[in-house]
Amino acid sequence: MSTLTGTIATAEAPRSKRFSEAFAMFRNGKSVVGLVILAFFGVLAIVGPWIAPYDPNAIDLEARNSPPSPTHWLGTTHLGQDILSQIIIGSRDVMFVGFAAGVIGTLIAVLVGVTSGYLKGFGSEALSALSNVFLVIPGLPLIIIITSNFDDPSMLLIAVVLAITGWAWGARVLRAQTMSLRNRDFVQAARANGEPLWRIIGVEMLPNLMAIIASSFVGTVTAAILTQTTLAFVGVTPITRWNWGTILFWAQSQNAFPERWWWYLPAGLCIALVGTGLALVNFGIDEYVNPRLRSAGKRARALRRKGFTQADATVVAPLGAVPPSAGEDAADAREDDAPRVGTGA
Amino acid sequence: MRFLLRRAVFYLFTLWAAITINFFLPRFMKGDPITAYLARNQGKVSPEAIESLKVLFGLNTDRPLWQQYLDYWGLLLQGDLGRSLSKGLAPVSEVIADALPWTVGLVGIATLISFFVGTSIGTYIGWRRGSRAEFVVPVATFLSTVPYFWLGLIMIALFSTTLGWFPASHAYDKTLTPALSWEFISNVIYHGTLPALTIVITSLGGWILGMRNMMITVLDEDYITVAQAKGLSPRRVVVNYAARNAVLPQLSSFALSLGFIVGGTLIMEMIFSYPGLGLRLFEATLAKDYPLMQGIFLVITLSVLVANIIADIAHAALDPRTRQEEAL
Repeated sequence: MSTLTGTIATAEAPRSKRFSEAFAMFRNGKSVVGLVILAFFGVLAIVGPWIAPYDPNAIDLEARNSPPSPTHWLGTTHLGQDILSQIIIGSRDVMFVGFAAGVIGTLIAVLVGVTSGYLKGFGSEALSALSNVFLVIPGLPLIIIITSNFDDPSMLLIAVVLAITGWAWGARVLRAQTMSLRNRDFVQAARANGEPLWRIIGVEMLPNLMAIIASSFVGTVTAAILTQTTLAFVGVTPITRWNWGTILFWAQSQNAFPERWWWYLPAGLCIALVGTGLALVNFGIDEYVNPRLRSAGKRARALRRKGFTQADATVVAPLGAVPPSAGEDAADAREDDAPRVGTGA
Repeated sequence: MRFLLRRAVFYLFTLWAAITINFFLPRFMKGDPITAYLARNQGKVSPEAIESLKVLFGLNTDRPLWQQYLDYWGLLLQGDLGRSLSKGLAPVSEVIADALPWTVGLVGIATLISFFVGTSIGTYIGWRRGSRAEFVVPVATFLSTVPYFWLGLIMIALFSTTLGWFPASHAYDKTLTPALSWEFISNVIYHGTLPALTIVITSLGGWILGMRNMMITVLDEDYITVAQAKGLSPRRVVVNYAARNAVLPQLSSFALSLGFIVGGTLIMEMIFSYPGLGLRLFEATLAKDYPLMQGIFLVITLSVLVANIIADIAHAALDPRTRQEEAL
């Protein structure tokens, strides 16, 4: 079985090669576009306070409700506040909460998922039941109740709450994948060689889990950004802290809909754009994990050019097409019992 | 049988966990809104109501914790969820009973439509892979990343305020009294169209993409090749061989993402002032009406559990393997 040789080769490869292989899942068009979008907003979040043209709170009664103009690129609010500045400043909280929640949530998911996948018996079942409970309990009402108990919740607190309600899907997928890896030849061989547990999990298994971990990170960040802006819009988190949800909160409460489009369109589009960026990264990972997704369209088109009909394509394709080797191991793994990656949200 | 038993144990466990979370939530919170409220409204609250609020919110600290927990269960088994502070001390269970049918109707129907339409579209573009129909994929992705509340507001701005095609809020005209007449029902449908459409648009993308990816994976299986080699009609191959297998993970993720969907749709009710649980939760949050908030959370969790049970039954009906062994 190719898995055995493949993994040994990986384990012995020079460090730089292993490093680049860990990022192989991001090396396709969709992932790159997604990462560029995320990088743009990431940079915006960091340098925002220096490049924002105005103070987002500065009131300018001369320029109330003005549409986009050279002085105010995205127009102003009912108090003459500059909306572009609010969006730039607001990107920091959105990105920080999103990524902090993603990191914390993914850590919990890896811990619970890999442990429950590697263990057998009661411990495994108990951890699995725990993550299923968290999946079923509706997160948003719970988050609203928890955060509304705080007068001025910090952004870190919100990120922690979002992580606690958002880790379960990743843990579930990781558990299934770990269970399937545990019985593979190369893991059995490592165990027979007397490798310590940390090495079996950290060196033998973890590289094969990277794609799923990345995908669950992306999923948690997406959910966290949507939920956080929703909380701000509902007014549960402080309405004086700028993020894209806060802008929409004010737009809604000042009846900006539908005439003053410059007030509500950009903020919503920013949320959707970040979401699309994250979804693109996830597509890239999906295609890396499942080569059938990558080549399906190309294969069908190629066959049609040769004069086969759609129905023929299905018959011929499995014979003619050899899946590219890069994701083969992962694709094998999927067929055993792993649920799909990245369709949870 | 073993499968059913395991699922039953899981549901009971989740039920217990949700109720226990509900028990501990107010006990972990700092501050004590209930005592403040009772002090302000001395004499207006009946002694029984005070007693149940104390049990629900952990004010009966003179009793040991396990005793509090048993008292709490006792109240729940009687269907007593406390009194709503913002609704003139009406029993929480009554406030929820009024709102629940609206949410189940709107969210339930919209989610089912979204699931069936999305899965059908996904089946089609998965089958015709590489064709021009694939343009749906990026569009659906974009729509599924749009925040629920934002799209809802834009729908109102466009179809209600500007074009005037649909009403912007409420479940039916205030001039009508609820009755089982065609006039009333059609009015409810008319009012529900816009919120339902918004829910369908934002949740459609996930179903389309999930089903498409599953179809592409399943269509490469040998049994599809065999089915086609046997000369079965393409329709039969797609529906009975490919889609039937591809839809199974869809059903599992349908069940598991319900909690997420319900969260988003609650926001929809706030936007459209739809008299369901979401709007009540929103009002309760603004008024710091904790008994109502907790009650709503419990009922939403229960509804999601019930929906999960239904999805399980559908899964077992479609996949004979689950009836024999544990599939998940």
